[in-house]
Amino acid sequence: MRISTGNIFRLRKTWWRFEETFFRSLMIFSSMVIVGVLLLIIFSIMKTGIPALSFEMLTQTPKGGFYFGKEGGILNAIVGSAYLAVGATGLALSIGLPVAIFMNTWLLKHKKTVNIIRFILDLLWGVPSIIYGAIGFMIMIMLGLKTSLLAGIIVVGMFILPIMIRAIDEALKTSPSGLTEASLSLGSTKSELGFKVLAKQCFPGIITAVLLSFGRAIGDAASVLFTTGFTDNIPTSLTQPTATLPLSIFFQLTSPIPEVKNRAYAAAVVLTIIILLTSILSRVFSNRYKKHSIKF
Amino acid sequence: MENETKIRIENLNLSIGKSKILKDINVEIPKHKITVILGPSGCGKTTLLKSMNRLTDIYSDIRVSGKILIDGEDILHTDKDVTEIRKRMGLLSQRPYPLPMNIYKNIAFGLKISGRRKKRFLNKRIEHYLKQANLWNEVKDRLKEPAASLSIGQQQRLCLARGLAVDPDIILADEPTSALDPISSQEIEKKFTELKNGYTIVLVTHILRQAIRLADYVIFMYLGEVIEQGPAEQFFKSPQTEITKAYLKGSIN
Repeated sequence: MRISTGNIFRLRKTWWRFEETFFRSLMIFSSMVIVGVLLLIIFSIMKTGIPALSFEMLTQTPKGGFYFGKEGGILNAIVGSAYLAVGATGLALSIGLPVAIFMNTWLLKHKKTVNIIRFILDLLWGVPSIIYGAIGFMIMIMLGLKTSLLAGIIVVGMFILPIMIRAIDEALKTSPSGLTEASLSLGSTKSELGFKVLAKQCFPGIITAVLLSFGRAIGDAASVLFTTGFTDNIPTSLTQPTATLPLSIFFQLTSPIPEVKNRAYAAAVVLTIIILLTSILSRVFSNRYKKHSIKF
Repeated sequence: MENETKIRIENLNLSIGKSKILKDINVEIPKHKITVILGPSGCGKTTLLKSMNRLTDIYSDIRVSGKILIDGEDILHTDKDVTEIRKRMGLLSQRPYPLPMNIYKNIAFGLKISGRRKKRFLNKRIEHYLKQANLWNEVKDRLKEPAASLSIGQQQRLCLARGLAVDPDIILADEPTSALDPISSQEIEKKFTELKNGYTIVLVTHILRQAIRLADYVIFMYLGEVIEQGPAEQFFKSPQTEITKAYLKGSIN
């Protein structure tokens, strides 16, 4: 059979069209799977959680017999988690922001060093939180300390620190070198460049970093397991043990009583809503500052 | 008229990693004149310009040797703080990089980091420099708006005003019109000819016509070397080397 150039061309065109259709369908399919799984999780939490959710649950601490289906709520865990996550995020931000700025101003000259730091931080990012918890616990034993809110804040702060630094670092990296040069040529020092110019330029990125870290901090159970302990009371000082939502969910979910199990889902709904709210708030907040960023 | 030298560069060598960018640069830049550094793309013009306010310091793997004397003081080997050196020079880059703040603060920034904080002083200076950059009439009612909302030509003039506000005596301009439309370019060029009475201007360009329009003194570079330098008239009318002749004819770009 003779194959003319016209035929080959037509054949190729059909193949290209098939290729395009195939990969587009693949992308649409994958997106749908991801969104589907997410919706499934949210739906299953909501289905069991919302009926079990009550005003009492949000406003009361556990009363005697709460874990056997008696009265009370999870206010201890809500407040505890809020204290812990806000404290840890604050701690990580106040250490992480200067580190990230340092990496992108002073260390510009030492590319190799920065890349080594980035590599180490990426490794730390991947270390499971239980390791941080275990190390924190070990140090606490060595010093003879009991579980406390402060210990939890420090351990969780350390655990989210690599996330915070790398996320801010990635945001700062997107700032063009022309802006750095412009600021320096006006006679600014490197810290003025970092804190007054780059931090402002990358403000939305920093908000994203804070949000990411906050989400990890409030949702993590393993790192607080040994370090903050658990209690039915709302902590009144940094040295007291503190309940957290993930642990509260865990304790309720392991109960054989169905009513308590349902309450675990209600607690999960609360946790999801907290994360959703912080996410929306930070979007609004960062949009207010976005107008100042220079687009390139 | 006597030509006073403002910047004198002696045996400047600069390499990034293993590649030599600038080779044995020896130039003199006259005071209160427009000196144009001319040459095809990638010949080291911008690097030479940036080494003058030591912006080359911030990048890795750059080695510099030689001397850059400004008013007789070697800025590469000095005890003075680098910010002091940079404040003496305003920089205009290829495209404007306004700071991520409002118009007012863009100019106040340079003044504030120099320790000037009084509101009344700032207001007066900001008005003065915006007028000097021909921007005041366009922005006087919107000083609190983000600088990013200005057009790109306005942004470049804002950058000029911002640079002038730290009271430099040298203006370094790195192809300042390359991102601008013809009318904005013209405004910047006109501004330069006005400013040269008070400032020493070093302008990098690869646009021959712009060089002819503006230059009092020309430095021609090719592949990291200074091929020829001299007063504009002499340079354009009777170029000395073959490379310069070829460039002026348009056979190298």
